[in-house]
Amino acid sequence: MTDLTFSYFPGCSQSGSAEEFGLSTEAVCRALGIELAELPDWNCCGASSAHMTDDLLSIALPGRNLAIAREEGKDMLTVCAMCYSRMKIAQARILGDEAVAREVEEVVGADPRFRGEVRHLLDVLVNDVAFPEIRKWLRLPLAGLRAVPYYGCLLVRPPEVCCCDSVENPTDLDRLLALLGVDVRPWSFKTDCCGGSLSLSRTDIVEKMVNKLLTRAEEAGANCVVTACPMCAANLEMRQKPGKLTFKVLHKLPVLYFTELLGLAMGLSGVEEWMKSHIIDPMPLMRETKLLSH
Amino acid sequence: MINAVNSKLDAELEGRTGQKVRACYQCKKCSAGCPVAFAMDLLPHEVMKMISYGQRERLLASSTIWLCASCETCTTRCPNEIDIAGVMDGLRHIAIESGVEPSEREVGMMHRSFLGGIKLLGRTNEPFLIGGYKAMTGNLFDDMGLGAVMFFKRKIKILPRTVKNRRAVRRVFKRTRKMEV
Ligand code: SF4
Ligand code: SF4
Repeated sequence: MTDLTFSYFPGCSQSGSAEEFGLSTEAVCRALGIELAELPDWNCCGASSAHMTDDLLSIALPGRNLAIAREEGKDMLTVCAMCYSRMKIAQARILGDEAVAREVEEVVGADPRFRGEVRHLLDVLVNDVAFPEIRKWLRLPLAGLRAVPYYGCLLVRPPEVCCCDSVENPTDLDRLLALLGVDVRPWSFKTDCCGGSLSLSRTDIVEKMVNKLLTRAEEAGANCVVTACPMCAANLEMRQKPGKLTFKVLHKLPVLYFTELLGLAMGLSGVEEWMKSHIIDPMPLMRETKLLSH
Repeated sequence: MINAVNSKLDAELEGRTGQKVRACYQCKKCSAGCPVAFAMDLLPHEVMKMISYGQRERLLASSTIWLCASCETCTTRCPNEIDIAGVMDGLRHIAIESGVEPSEREVGMMHRSFLGGIKLLGRTNEPFLIGGYKAMTGNLFDDMGLGAVMFFKRKIKILPRTVKNRRAVRRVFKRTRKMEV
């Protein structure tokens, strides 16, 4: 089997708003023999706000992490679609243009020419660990879950730096979920943007975008949405509950990370804890489908 | 309305982003697939045309450049392989460097609080981000119900998570920063 040892870039959300994503990632990797050594003293990738306001900053923030990864000498693993995208784009710019590399080196004060690979966990699961191996670890078929796979933007675009099998109709997540026994519902909105970067500032616009996605998910017969992006998840969960002191709920569709469902299907401990962190409580669905009892 | 024409805009954007906007033949595919088009004052294909027409001031004052979510749908679909999302970034950068205040005030403030948090702590801590943003915009009571839910769901941590080497991160900001954060 391929080497499954990585410098792990957890990303900020995975110890904050997406704690359940971080915890389930670590648990799943441990169980599948994917070795993660946290990248020492990593910093935030800068996300949308960096590239929208300053080109050099948007390469230098990931650049500092790439310099540390170069020292560590292992491939880098990410789980957040945003971190993944920013890291890959910065790496491509640095390795593709020596002038950029020198500029970043001067800003960061270290050599950012990381030549290892930057991977996303979904890619590693689908292509390295691979389904025959994952199948051996499955204990609980996730019957009763009808999910729409939601890739969002950053796992698939721009395709030059991303990992999924198709930019308009990716199926990596679909196939992983099907392997777990989930009824994967076909829908046309897998890669439509949820407006995450405007979630705080133009909530009005984002509520329209999110509610459209959720309406389409329900029309496709889904009882949950599954994602690999903490921005998508936070946005889809938060913006189901319209803000401003009101609690009127339009959808109440649980949004889950693929790692949580993998952990559940593998019978790992801690699943109930992860599920408690969701804004839209998935426990009623888990009880209804008898996948979790309490 | 007669607008000042800036014939250098096209070349300036090409210098920054490497994109040849004049290759656009106005098929409108970008606008057709843009998820934020419904809220924009200029559609993406109009932005492209106005760049060719040198409409610098109107573009920098538009809401579109701040509402574009960088989803890259347009970029992936353009038959002329123009990275439209990259051009939107370029326009934002020119606006910031020319001191044009974002017409979408809240969007600009969101970026400021987000980057300010990284500069200070090296990592993003949502409560600081949201708190800082609210203090800046004065919209203290938006999302209050949500804040309570997040607190009880343990989404909000009391102690901030930071990098150890804060100087290294400050150095990155000092040597790149174009926008005051
Ligand atoms: S998709 Fe490309 S060619 Fe078509 S209008 Fe948009 S920028 Fe122009
Ligand atoms: S990148 Fe911006 S302009 Fe292009 S489709 Fe997405 S939101 Fe619209």
